[in-house]
Amino acid sequence: MWPGHYLPIVTALTLGAMAVPAHAATIQIVMENLVVSPAAVSAKVGDTIEWINKDVLAHTATARNGDFDVTMPPKKTVTSFLKKAGMVEYYCRFHPNMKATLTVAP
Amino acid sequence: MFVRLSTAIAALSFLTSAALAQGTKPTDPQIAHIAYTAGVIDITAAKQAISKASNKDVKAFAEDMVRDHEAVNKQALDLVKTLKVTPEDNDTSKTLSKQAADKLAELGKLKGAEYEKAYVANEVAYHKAVNSALETQLIPSANNAELKSLLQTGLKIFQGHQQHAEHVAAGLK
Repeated sequence: MWPGHYLPIVTALTLGAMAVPAHAATIQIVMENLVVSPAAVSAKVGDTIEWINKDVLAHTATARNGDFDVTMPPKKTVTSFLKKAGMVEYYCRFHPNMKATLTVAP
Repeated sequence: MFVRLSTAIAALSFLTSAALAQGTKPTDPQIAHIAYTAGVIDITAAKQAISKASNKDVKAFAEDMVRDHEAVNKQALDLVKTLKVTPEDNDTSKTLSKQAADKLAELGKLKGAEYEKAYVANEVAYHKAVNSALETQLIPSANNAELKSLLQTGLKIFQGHQQHAEHVAAGLK
């Protein structure tokens, strides 16, 4: 589920305190009523993304370039940790109309 | 393939026109029953597609339909329990179920790409009809605020399904 540059949630939480620089931010991305908001997010390497799924449906945040594939069960929040810079377009595999971008600065 | 208007769709149109003509509105227990029935119909059609279709996009779409409609129907069941409302069977639900069974049998006779096209085309039309019935009839008629809200959420989800189905349909041509 966390290929390449992403760590499992538990690891991210455990390591969070030491791995995240003091200035790292936590950014929330909400999926509600099949809409991703904000649709475009800018972040930095070291930031944490909180993927908040407010729907009763499962969603995914799946990078088109294969960088990540996060699955969010209904009404759950999943956390991921940004380690790689770049601009990633992602979508929900279950609802391909849900699209957004995540730009990660070095 | 489009010669025959799906009978289930005709039933939904009937719901709108008949109710409006009589100036009567479905009650909350009836609305709950109609919405739940409409979900079950789509789940059944999707399960047929999962077993019959071989196209990857069609199969994935059908799996999404099962997952989403089961999730929404579970919400609906939880809500009627909380509200102590007993969904009430009614002519619209009965007509929907009967006609969906006919459609299922009709699709069941098709094979391969022909089946896939017919299934997806029906999904586009069916979601369109359900969304229209939700928008013009079921949501405005719902009295209970939580039921109305669930129907509104459902509408957004099913509009997404309609777009998804249209996208899959375009890919089959």
